[in-house]
This record gives sequence, structure tokens and C-alpha cells, in this order.
Amino acid sequence: ASGDRDDDGRCNYSSLLACGAKSSRSPRPAGRHRVVVPHLWPFRDEYEKLSGAYVNNRIRTTKYTLLNFVPRNLFEQFHRAANLYFLFLVVLNWVPLVEAFQKEITMLPLVVVLTIIAIKDGLEDYRKYKIDKQINNLVTKVYSRKEKKYIDQCWKDVTVGDFIRLSCNEVIPADMVLLFSTDPDGICHIETSGLDGESNLKQRQVVRGHAEQDSEVDPEKFSSRIECESPNNDLNRFRGFLEHSNKERVGLSKENLLLRGCTIRNTEAVVGIVVYAGHETKAMLNNSGPRYKRSKLERRANTDVLWCVLLLVIMCLTGAVGHGIWLSRYEHILFFNIPEPDGHIISPVLAGFYMFWTMIILLQVLIPISLYVSIEIVKLGQIYFIQSDVDFYNEKMDSTVQCRSLNIAEDLGQIQYLFSDKTGTLTENKMVFRRCSVAGFDYCHEENARRLESYQDDDDRADAPGGAALGGRRGSGDVRGPRQAAFSSPMETDVVPDTRLLDKFSQITPQLFTPLEETIQNPPLETLCIIDFFIALAICNTVVVSAPNQPRQKIRRPSLSGMPIRSLEEIKNLFQRLSVRRSSSPSLSSGKEPPSGVPNAFVSRLSLFSRAKLTSPVEEEGSRPSESPVGASSSVCCTETKRGNGGAGVTNGQVGPAAGQPLASSLCYEAESPDEAALVYAARAYRCTLQARTPEQVMVDFAALGPLTFQLLHILPFDSVRKRMSVVVRHPLSNQVVVYTKGADSVIMELLSAASPEEASLEKHQLTIREKTQKHLDDYAKQGLRTLCVAKKVMSDTEYAEWLRNHFLAETSIDNREELLLESAMRLENKLTLLGATGIEDRLQEGVPESIEALHKAGIKIWMLTGDKQETAINIAYACKLLEPEDKLFILNTQSKDACEMLMSTILKELQKKGQACPKQASLSVDLLQLPAPQDSELRAGLIITGKTLEFALQESLQRQFLELTSWCQAVVCCRATPLQKSEVVKLVRGHLQVMTLAIGDGANDVSMIQVADIGIGVSGQEGMQAVMASDFAVSQFRHLSKLLLVHGHWCYTRLSNMILYFFYKNVAYVNLLFWYQFFCGFSGTSMTDYWVLIFFNLLFTSAPPVIYGVLEKDVSAETLMQLPELYKNGQKSEAYLPLTFWITLLDAFYQSLVCFFVPFFTYRGSDIDIFTFGNPLNTAALFIILLHLVIESKSLTWIHMLVIVSSVVSYFLFALAFGALCVTCNPPSNPYWIMQEHMLDPVFYLVCVLTTCVALLPRFVYRVLQGSLFPSPILRAKHFDRLTPEERTEALKKWRRAGKMDQVTSKHAEPSADQTGRRPPSGPSAVFAMRAATSCAVGQGDTSVCETALDLRCSDTEASQVAGPQKTKKAGSPPSLKLK
Amino acid sequence: MAMNYNSKDEVDGGPPCAPGGTAKTPRPDNTAFKQQRLPAWQPILTAGTVLPTFFIIGLIFIPIGIGIFVTSNNIREIEGNVFMYYALSNFYQNHRRYVKSRDDSQLNGDSSALLNPSKECEPYRRNEDKPIAPCGAIANSMFNDTLELFLMGNDSYPTPITLKKKSIAWWTDKNVKFRNPPGEESLEERFKGTTKPVNWLNPVYMLDSDPDNNGFINEDFIVWMRTAALPNFRKLYRLIERKSDLHPTLPAGRYYLNITYNYPVHSFDGRKRMILSTISWMGGKNPFLGIAYIAIGSISFFLGVVLLVINHKYRNSSNTADITI
Repeated sequence: ASGDRDDDGRCNYSSLLACGAKSSRSPRPAGRHRVVVPHLWPFRDEYEKLSGAYVNNRIRTTKYTLLNFVPRNLFEQFHRAANLYFLFLVVLNWVPLVEAFQKEITMLPLVVVLTIIAIKDGLEDYRKYKIDKQINNLVTKVYSRKEKKYIDQCWKDVTVGDFIRLSCNEVIPADMVLLFSTDPDGICHIETSGLDGESNLKQRQVVRGHAEQDSEVDPEKFSSRIECESPNNDLNRFRGFLEHSNKERVGLSKENLLLRGCTIRNTEAVVGIVVYAGHETKAMLNNSGPRYKRSKLERRANTDVLWCVLLLVIMCLTGAVGHGIWLSRYEHILFFNIPEPDGHIISPVLAGFYMFWTMIILLQVLIPISLYVSIEIVKLGQIYFIQSDVDFYNEKMDSTVQCRSLNIAEDLGQIQYLFSDKTGTLTENKMVFRRCSVAGFDYCHEENARRLESYQDDDDRADAPGGAALGGRRGSGDVRGPRQAAFSSPMETDVVPDTRLLDKFSQITPQLFTPLEETIQNPPLETLCIIDFFIALAICNTVVVSAPNQPRQKIRRPSLSGMPIRSLEEIKNLFQRLSVRRSSSPSLSSGKEPPSGVPNAFVSRLSLFSRAKLTSPVEEEGSRPSESPVGASSSVCCTETKRGNGGAGVTNGQVGPAAGQPLASSLCYEAESPDEAALVYAARAYRCTLQARTPEQVMVDFAALGPLTFQLLHILPFDSVRKRMSVVVRHPLSNQVVVYTKGADSVIMELLSAASPEEASLEKHQLTIREKTQKHLDDYAKQGLRTLCVAKKVMSDTEYAEWLRNHFLAETSIDNREELLLESAMRLENKLTLLGATGIEDRLQEGVPESIEALHKAGIKIWMLTGDKQETAINIAYACKLLEPEDKLFILNTQSKDACEMLMSTILKELQKKGQACPKQASLSVDLLQLPAPQDSELRAGLIITGKTLEFALQESLQRQFLELTSWCQAVVCCRATPLQKSEVVKLVRGHLQVMTLAIGDGANDVSMIQVADIGIGVSGQEGMQAVMASDFAVSQFRHLSKLLLVHGHWCYTRLSNMILYFFYKNVAYVNLLFWYQFFCGFSGTSMTDYWVLIFFNLLFTSAPPVIYGVLEKDVSAETLMQLPELYKNGQKSEAYLPLTFWITLLDAFYQSLVCFFVPFFTYRGSDIDIFTFGNPLNTAALFIILLHLVIESKSLTWIHMLVIVSSVVSYFLFALAFGALCVTCNPPSNPYWIMQEHMLDPVFYLVCVLTTCVALLPRFVYRVLQGSLFPSPILRAKHFDRLTPEERTEALKKWRRAGKMDQVTSKHAEPSADQTGRRPPSGPSAVFAMRAATSCAVGQGDTSVCETALDLRCSDTEASQVAGPQKTKKAGSPPSLKLK
Repeated sequence: MAMNYNSKDEVDGGPPCAPGGTAKTPRPDNTAFKQQRLPAWQPILTAGTVLPTFFIIGLIFIPIGIGIFVTSNNIREIEGNVFMYYALSNFYQNHRRYVKSRDDSQLNGDSSALLNPSKECEPYRRNEDKPIAPCGAIANSMFNDTLELFLMGNDSYPTPITLKKKSIAWWTDKNVKFRNPPGEESLEERFKGTTKPVNWLNPVYMLDSDPDNNGFINEDFIVWMRTAALPNFRKLYRLIERKSDLHPTLPAGRYYLNITYNYPVHSFDGRKRMILSTISWMGGKNPFLGIAYIAIGSISFFLGVVLLVINHKYRNSSNTADITI
């Protein structure tokens, strides 16, 4: 991120940090970093110098202003090539020599199109303007230097350096550093749903040093300056420091930053100083607007537009040459070659040249100007119908499908590859605790399993109550009630404990800890392990505790429940008074000097406090809520200590094990991830209840031990690189610094303590536990459970202090902070002791197997990309029918590239051997660009690849082989994949195979994949809205995908492609009438139609029907499309719009225009008809032909179609009649006067029109009839289903399926095995080479269902492992899952 | 990781303070229109379903065709009013620059346009500094041969046939579109200040002696100004009215046509013809339409039979869905 930063700056920063941030430097110039000083008198000069360049808080998201609307909008519109083309035509028509129409008339279509778009843009912009204005005029409290208090000011007047005071539920007007919070712990909660849609509260912290101030920060006394990075759009990063007047620096992080657009929750009031305002805020910088994607169909259409251009040029050249030749015969006949105004005669060559341009103007309609406008309108209509589909409505979440990209709906109908996330996408992401293994014993929780089965039946019940309980409490807060409920459905919260484990719990007594030192040799080690295990479950997380009746009010003291609650205010007061008793923040206990201004007494109090803790095994702080807040600190602690010893029973006797349960069930846990919540609920079931959490301490009510208060020293949050999280606490019973770590088993297993020589026996014990646990873990994973390992580590105080010092340095650094923090985490999380493992079930979403089956049938290849471990992933894949039991499974799990290559070629060979039976696949190997889907029912294969191996497979040299391999497999499962790998896989497949890809996911880790795919779909689940924000479509459940693709995708695709084809047809057919006429007017560019009619013909009379067709056409009903997913293949192969279809359409257009011209031509040949009277039947017939053509192509016609078609005809005649009646001398030289009227009375006119229409449409009609009778496409056959009665329908469906199978078999045998020889990849030699040279182990972990393949693999495996053996042992802590079979 | 935010989202999400009292559920309405279940006519084009159409077309077209054909062939009998045409071939009256070389305002009697004709008329706009009336290439190239028809009686004495000069143009042209410049004075006075087209022998106000057929409303002129659609065309020249029901308009006999040759056509390989014709309800003689109707009707009938066969062969498959290829 800081790659472009100059060395100078970096040096300064690192040196500053190295020397303890004590350097007196003059304020740095703003440069790449930003310096913020308070917007106050003492800093006036500096403020002006520094902040002059900073923008204020006024926002303007509009593109235009009143003044620049016209020029800017025009400028933007003329970025489109099509518009430029039409502008060019308009300009061309102003050249007198080539002018074909009246100058003004040619402008009309362009002006109309531009106006429509401009109006649309303008309205959109005006809406934005109004919202901007509303936002800019919101009022907030800003500190005024004049009045020396906070006054109301509009958002737009807020500037960088202002102090702002916000109350609860207020929206943050600008990015600001949090300086004060009424919260006693110096924290403040914000809701970021406005920013990223995540509705769980996020915690923000007052700047270190300010947190300890009891009174509100006084802006007048604030003398620090803030230096931070320049504005950027990274929401998860904020780096900087706050420099006090004494040059002491305090690091700032994103924990200190309040982001614009978020809402203050749970906190009475906060004060902050603005660092970024207006458009420089992170929220605004992230506001990049919707993406513009171009759909495949549109790209196709664009190439055909280019063909049309070519056609136009050819036609114009014909005209030019023709005119030249014609004129050369009559060069000196003044009748025909009318001289120029100055009397001279144009030479034929020059005239031909001019004619070329004239013809371009004349035939311009060939390039359909209205096509683009129509496409946009049609897409809007299609989106409207997708969003209106009631089937997408999810009652539980009260949400429906969201179309965020407006212009790629038709791509939904062409998807070939689907990449799906697992958790939350295929599964419900409702984590249910299933089993656990502690100290090597498995507890299978049978009762719990039974309970869960009962939920399977009535799923709905599980979701309702939470929302109901929240309802109506707080106006704005409970809008997200239903969503919150999902985290705490009884299914997830009510865990039934395992009886065996409960028995062991009975052995737990507080006495276990008191004689800790003596009993170390014969400890009930298992019991200790159990205690630690459940404590870890309860505290190793970031769960926020809140009471359901105060949804966003965190629970601070369990004891409160024992007191009569009077009012919210009183509770708040209590909190404030209690806040004195805060413990130190981690940084302070590291021995660093407390910030100036904080009394020394505070420090001593802290030390006393912590000492007091040593002696109190059971701590109950909340027992004295009435204590005076600023009382002598030492005495407070003393009383506490005393109280603590016997106190549990005095005031809070009822908060014992007995009262714990009802109290606990009234607690609400809000977790960042549902896994965490599940574990906390599981711990609660064993009466190890998480009671409250503050930044400094965690309270756990452990049934047997009583309430425990852990001093929270540090949290190392979860990240996807480390795949684990840790908490560092001071254990209240042992008073040791303990690290509890929880994470993916592969990671934790590698971090377990290696042999420590002095404790051999213990070590041995540990090893057996480890082995047993691993067995259990594998077992869990096979059942499809999500596994987590829990481990701990005890640290000495000195070790901890040492680590903390380094960690602090990492925290305060501005550059390289992420790397340093990661390093620091690595230093902490090692030499762990394994406690146990948990298995959490994530149930499949409703309808997932059916959907996947349908999508498979539709010919879509489905890849599952998950971060879960291999066994879990495979199991879920089986459960959701991604893999069938009879599938052959190939597993790629290797440690080196060579091994990977070798294994892949072995598998490929194996597959090809099989494949020779079915010749279809023989052609696969060579041409990757034309990989057909090997639809083979006999050979079904699934490929499993792990993240590490995927890394090799994605490398350039192996890509081809990997893709080839995957093309043989129906399903591919990538497990242990990182977000980056996910997107790389999608990129690879999309780029190399040239296929349409769709990625679906629900979490932030799927965002990159969603963005890379042709279509990204977000599942609006429980993991926030980041995926949705990045997606093109958002659905609430995976099963909606099948209807979205199979029905709407199919419809959108066929509708739009047919409409585009129709547009080409329409324009070519109509324009050719003019072209044919050129042959009879000496190629002089005469139009036999009045210009207005010509223009309105396209703009009015024939524009609405195709649009209606594009929106409402229904070739097959939704039910049939769902029942016959095979019909989807039609869209995958782009059958509705192949290049051939385009040319056939053009051919038909040529034919129809020929008929439409020559029937009237022969009828009127030699008569006294004049030009424009001749044009009238041509136009009228063309109108009927074009409209009836649409009727023939339509598969369903509703009254709307009829209405539009009839009104098109009526409007044409009305216009012609009115024009003919009113236009006497207007619009020379064409004179429509009374022409239509004359014709309406002439029977020949009708005869001509009828004949022309019939002859023109006859071929297409006959073709469609023959197609319908003799060789109906699957779509046409499926259409018959809609007419059948339900019984007939089921019968027909059965027959269809049987026939389909038969068909497959016959065609397979029928197809000659043409090119299978010599097309095999050179896998043989390379495989041998790989076997010899294998430097690391190649492991093919064949599942049981791998039958013959295993033979092959086995031989290579053994050979490889022999070579690799020694190396493997060298590599400490390689994943134990790499066992050879 | 860059995330995309729609401006709308940012704004909407910004102040969620609005009370959710009137919370609108996003549940779409379950209406036939929104769910795309509107009752629709779903034509399935198979041999069985369209069979009748072809037969009906055949049955309608063939009689119509025969009717037209007969009518068209009957036209030659010279009864009723006879129309006298002159025909020009290879004359491109539809050339673009030719077509637009006129000023409709001037022809409509607009005084200002009379003296200041449209630029479109160039280079036939002014001559010797006087505006040309009527201006433009069309007017300039007006057909000016004179045709006279005589009946050679038994006594070899030619009897002139009365050729009616009027009502040969569209009524609307004569009465609405073309008008002489306004004024009470003589036509010559009204055209004062203009000059005749270069190729003309006489000025526009001397086209005919009948004041109702002179100037811009001269019907020969009006007919010429209605530019022909195709290079081979005819234009109505005169009308021979039937005198009584008892006698044919043009009785059989020898006729003598006197042509005053003014109009050269050799230079562009043109030909001139004189046509005498009667008119039926469908205009002049043209067998094409009748033949076309008969042909299409027959083809349609034939297709109907073919489809009948197909329908018999594939009856099962076209009516039910169980088509197995």
C-alpha cells in the first residue's frame, strides 16, 4: 500500500517509533500525509496553512449543475460510438453537395434519442441533488470558537478540525477521530449498515490517553495535532498518530475512527475531531457508483452492428458506382444532370463520390439508432419483472431479489460455469453446536442431535421469536429485527448437554485451583482441560452481550438483574459511576508512561487493582453500584477485595448456579460470525455462561466455580491469513497470563508445542490427545461438520511483557503495520497446548440439492470453492448432490508442484482411458478454447483440490492441464481456498475457457470472486452485505438461483436476442426499400417516402412492438422451464442468436424488402403514378409485414401485444391521413397532400398491400410451420407441455426424460470417434519424469469410491512418498492429514 | 479490498432515523401481470394448426386474382371515357436533384415566393435577373408536344375528336395545391416581374386561353409537376368524353394523330408514346396483379395440401408433446 511512498518519509516514521516517539519536529507539511489541527483560535495560522486544501463537508454527488448540464450531458452521450455516428450523419447532411434530406430533419432522431437519455439522466441527477441537499442540511452539533459551546450547524459547514458532539442514534457527519465517549470504558458502538450493510454493532475506542479522562474533552484545551494518511477508500484501514503538545505520540487506528454515514448506538454521547470531510471521507471515496458491465449478447450485437456498417458501406458504394455509371451516360443532358447554381456540370466521378455520402445519409437507418435506446428500455422492463417475481420473496428475511446491475440480465441465460461459496450460500450459515472432543474424549451429544432433528421438520418456528421479542422497542433499531433473530433462533441457542460430559463437570470444584502448585503431578488433568476448554469457548471470541429487552444495550454487570431496574437513565448513571473501576488498557500495563494529564493516583489504583485480583478468586465488582465515582481509589479496591471473598452470596446470592440459568437465557449474544455465537451458546449449555464483556474484562458465570472475571489483556482478532483468533487474559484463578486460541485445525495443529524435554510424560500425554483429537476431527469432518480446535498457552509475566512491548510497536507503526501485527501474532500463538475440538453443523439451505441437480441438468458446471477442510467440503458436496455416490472422486492434495503435475497427468490418463469408450470427449484435450461440455452419463467424475495444491495448479505451466482435468469432471470442489484463490480460479476459467461464469457467495471473502465473474450474485445472508454490495444480483437463498437462471435467465436471453435480431431485420427490410428504388432513379438518392414518415416509421410506428416483445415474450412457461432444466442449454449455446441466425435474418429481410418493393413496382409499372404515391403502398405494406413478422415470431401474445400492434397501425394511418390533409406546401419536395386519402379509396392499394404482405411473410411462416411439425427444437416441444392437463403433463414429462436418455445414448454411439488418436496430451513422459524427480510427497487421498483409479495412484504415491519421506519428517508440523493410504 | 457503493446506498443508509412505522414490505404483488401470467394466445405453428389458413388464403386469392385479371383484360374495349396519355420512357423524373428543383410556395400562389423563388430551383431560379415562374428543373423540362386526334371518316375527311383539357389532374392539386398569384387584374399583370422558364416557348400565363386552365393551374402543367415514380411512365394528356350511351366513345375506324414536335427525347434514348385507354375500378390495364393473386393463391393451396400430408404423417407428434426424434 505504501509502495509509492518516498523513502524519506518511511525513514522518519520508523525512526520516530524506534526511539519511543520522542522527537521534536516541526509540523510536517501536509504532503502525502494529512495533518489536522483543531479549528480553534490558538491554531488559527497553522490551521489556515494546513487545512486550506482540505475539502469541507458539503457533498455533491450530482454529475451536472444547471449551467453545465447541456454541454456535459452531450459530452457524455457522445462518448457512445453510435451517437457519434449519428452526429456525423447530421453534420454530413449540412453539406449541400451530399444533402439527402432537409437539413433539420436528419437531426430529429438523434435529438429525440439524446433528449430521452438527457431527461433520464437529468431526473436521476435531480433526485441525487435533492438527496444531497437534504444531507448537506442535516444538523449536527459543532463546537463554535465564538460561543465556546456546541451549536447546531449544517453538515455542509463542518470542516476538518471541527469538534463534533453526537448523541445516541445520530448519524456521523464526517470521518472523525473519537476523543471522548460517555461510555465508561471509552468505547462507542457504531452501526455501519449505512456503509456496508452489516447490522451488527462495531466497537470504536477513544484515542488512547483520552479514554481515561473523566470529563468530556474540552476543545479549548485540546492542543494536540493529528497526523494521518491521506484520504483513501480503505474502510478497514486508518493509520496515524495524535501528537500532544509535549510531542508525545499516540497511535491511531481504525478503532479510533468514526466513519461518516454510520450511526452512533449504545452510547450517550461522543466527541470527535473531524479528520476527513465531505468527499474525502471513506464512505464517499468508496462511493464509486454502479459498475458497468457489457453483456455477452450486447457484445455479439455490437459485432453485428459492425457488419451492418459494412453492409451499409457496400450499399453506398453500389449507389456511388451506379450513379457514376448512370451519369456518365447522361452527363450533358441537363434534364438529368442538373447543373450547379453557378451553371457548371459535375463530372460523373465527382457525382459518384458525393452520392456515396448522400446514400449514407439516406440509408442511415440501417444502423439502428433506436436499438440502443430500445435495449435499455427492454432491460429495465426485464429487471422490473425479475424483481416482481413473488417466488424470490423470502418471508423470513422479508427480502426479495435485488438487481444491482441493470444491463446484464440476459447473461443469466447463458451461464456455463457456476462458482459457489459453501458456507452461507449452500448452507444456512446457522451454526449449530453438534459435538466436541475434549482432552481426547469424544462427546457426541446424542440428545442434541435428536433435538435438532425435530427442528428439521418445522423450520419456520426456529426463526420467528427473536424478531418478535425485539419488535417495537425502539423505532429505528428494530428495523433489522428479523435479521438479528437469525443469530439466535432456538435451534442455535438451545444446546442439550451431553450427559457424559455433564458427569465430568460434577468433578469441578473451586478447590481444583487453590492447591494448584502441589497437585500438579497428579492432576485431574482432564477436568482442568474441560474447564479451560469451556472457558475458551466462552471468552475466546468477540461476542457482545446484550439483553433482549434492550437490544442494543450491552450488559455490563450481571448483578444488575438482581436489582430493581428503575429506568434506563438510572442504569446509565450507574454505569457512569461504575466506570471508575475500569482496569488498565493493555498498553498501560506494559509499563509505558501514562499520558500526561492523567493523575498518578490512577496508575497506583490500577496496580492495586490488579493486585487485588490476585487474591480474589471470585470477583464480583458490581456489588457496590452506589459507590462514589471519584472516591479514593485504594479504598475502593480494598472494599472490593473484601467484598469479593464472601460477597458472592451477600448481595448477589441469587446469581449462583441456580439463578444463572434464567438470567442467562435472557441474554443475547451478538457475534461477528455465527460460529462464535454457537460456541458461546454451547458453553452456556454447560453453565459456563458469558455474562458480560467490556474492552478490559470478560465475565463468565461458571456454574461450579462461580462468576469469574477475566482481565482481558489482548485480543488478536480473526483473520483469514492466520485462520485463528486469540485472547490473552489473566486467569482469575491461577492468576497467570493465559492465551486461548481457537482456529482451523490445520493451523492450530501446526502451532502446538513441540517436545519440551523436561516434561516427557506430559508430552506423551499431549501427543495421544493430539492423535485422538485428530481422529475425532477427521470424523467430524466426514460428517460435514465444521471443525475448530481450541488450544491454550500459559505465559509468564515477563514473556508477556516482552511480547507486549513488541506488539505495541507494531500497533503504532503507520507503515507496514499489517505485516508487523501478523508477525507479532505469530510470536504469541505458538507452543500451544491442545484442549479439544468442536464440531459445528451448518445445515444445508432449503432446496439446495434440488437446485444443484437442476443446474447440473441444465448443463452448468458447478464448482464449490470453500475455505473449509477437505472432508467437510466433500461431505457437503455429497449432501447437496454436487457429487453423486457413484461419481469417481479424484483428490488433488500435494505438497509440491511436480507432484501435482504428475498426479494430474495420472488422473488425466485414467480419465482418457475411460473416455475412449465415449468418443465425445476425445477432442477435449487439445483445444481448450472449444471445450464442449462432456455430458456423459457413464463417466461421472468429481475433482477435489486443496488450497495448497490449487496454488500450484494455478501457476502458468499447469493451468492448461488443470483446466483440461476439470473439464472432465462434473463437479469440482476447491477446499481450503483463500479469497484470492477463489477469484483466481474464476479468472482462470473465465479467461482460458471463454465461458460465461457466475459466482455466488455471501461473505466478504467472496467479494473478489463475485467481482471477477461475468455475473456476481450475492446471498444476503447473515455475514453482512459486502457480497451483496459487490454483486450484480442479490438473492436471499441459493435455491432462488435455479429460477433466476432457468426461467428469468432463459427468458431475458431469448427475449433480448430475438428483439435485437428483429431490430436488425426491421431496419434492413425497411431501408432496402429505399435501396431498391435507387436502381430506378439513377442511383440519385431519391427517397420515395416522405422524410417525416421515414423517420416516424422507425421512431414511432414500429418501435413499441419490439420493446413489448422484448419485455413480455414468453416462449415457454416458467413451470416447464423449471421442470425441464435441459432447456437452459439453448441459451448456453447461444442458440437464439448465432452468427448464422443473424445472416438468415438479414437474408429474410432482403427477401421481404424485395417483395415489398417489387410487388408494387410491377403493379404500378408504366402507370402515371408519382413518386410519393408509389411510396405509400410500399410503406403501408412494410408496416404490416414488419408487425406481422413479429406476430409470427411471438410465442405468446397477450392483450398488451395486441393493443400495441393495433395502436401502431392506427397511429400510422392517422398520421398519414392527418399529414395528407394538412400539409399542402410543407415539406418540399415530397408532397404528401391527399395521397393517403386517394389511396384509401382505391381498391388496388388494398390489393397490393395484402398481396405484398402475404408473399413477403410466406417463407418465414412456412418455415416456422415446418419446423413446428417436422423438426421442432426442444423449446418448441416443451411449449406443447403448457397446453396439457396436469396428468398428461406428468406423463409427457416422464416420456421426455426417457427419450432424452435414449437420445444421449444413441447419439453417443452414432458419433464416430473421429479424432481421438494422436490427440492425447503428452502426459506420459512428463508423468514419468515427475515420479522420478518428485522431491516432495505426492498424495492422492482417494476416497473409498475411487476404485480403479486407486491402483494407478497407489503406485505413484508409494514411489513418491519414498523419495519424499525424509523430507516430510524434517518439516515440522506438516498437516497430519497427509497420510498415505 | 475495494467495495462498491452505490450512491443510493450510501444515502439511503445514511440516516436510518426514519421511523419504520410504514415499513413497506418488498413482497411483490401477486398479480398476473407482475408474475407474467397474463392470459395469452400462444400460437403453435404446426401443420395441423395452420392448415386452414393456407386453404383460406388459396380460396380467397384465386377468385380475386381471376377477377382482377378479367377486369384488367377488359380494359381494352374502348367504351366509356377514354383517357389519352402520353408516355415517356427512360426519362428520370425521379432524379433527386430534379425532384426537389421546384418551389411549392410559388406554385401555391405565394407572392413573395413568386418573385423570390426557393434556392432549390437553382440553377433555374433566375434568368436575366428576373425570377423564373415557375422555377426549377421540373417546370423547365415540361412536356410540350401537342397531340391532336382526328377520326378519318369514310370521306377521308378528318374529324377532330374533342379532347378535354380539364379534370385530368387531381382535384386537390388543381384547387388547393396549385394557385395563381392572387389579384384581380389579368394573369399577365399578376405574373409581372417574372420571366418564363428557359426552355419554354410561352410564359406561364399563356399556356391556355381558358383563364381557368392558365398559369399555375394549367392542368397539363399540374400533371407534369407530379413527378413520375419510375423512369418509364405515362401521363394523362386529354380526356375523351363519351357523348352518349348509344355510341362508343371512339368508334372503330381510322384515326389520325397529329403531333407538334417540340420535345426532344433522342439525346437520352427516350421514347414517346401515345396511349388511349379506358379505366376500370382498378385503374389502367395491368395483368400483373391478377396473375400474382392467382399464383399466390395456387401456391397457398398447394402448400395446404403438402401440410395436410405432413399433418397426416405426423399427426401424433404435432398434437401431443411426446415427440421423440
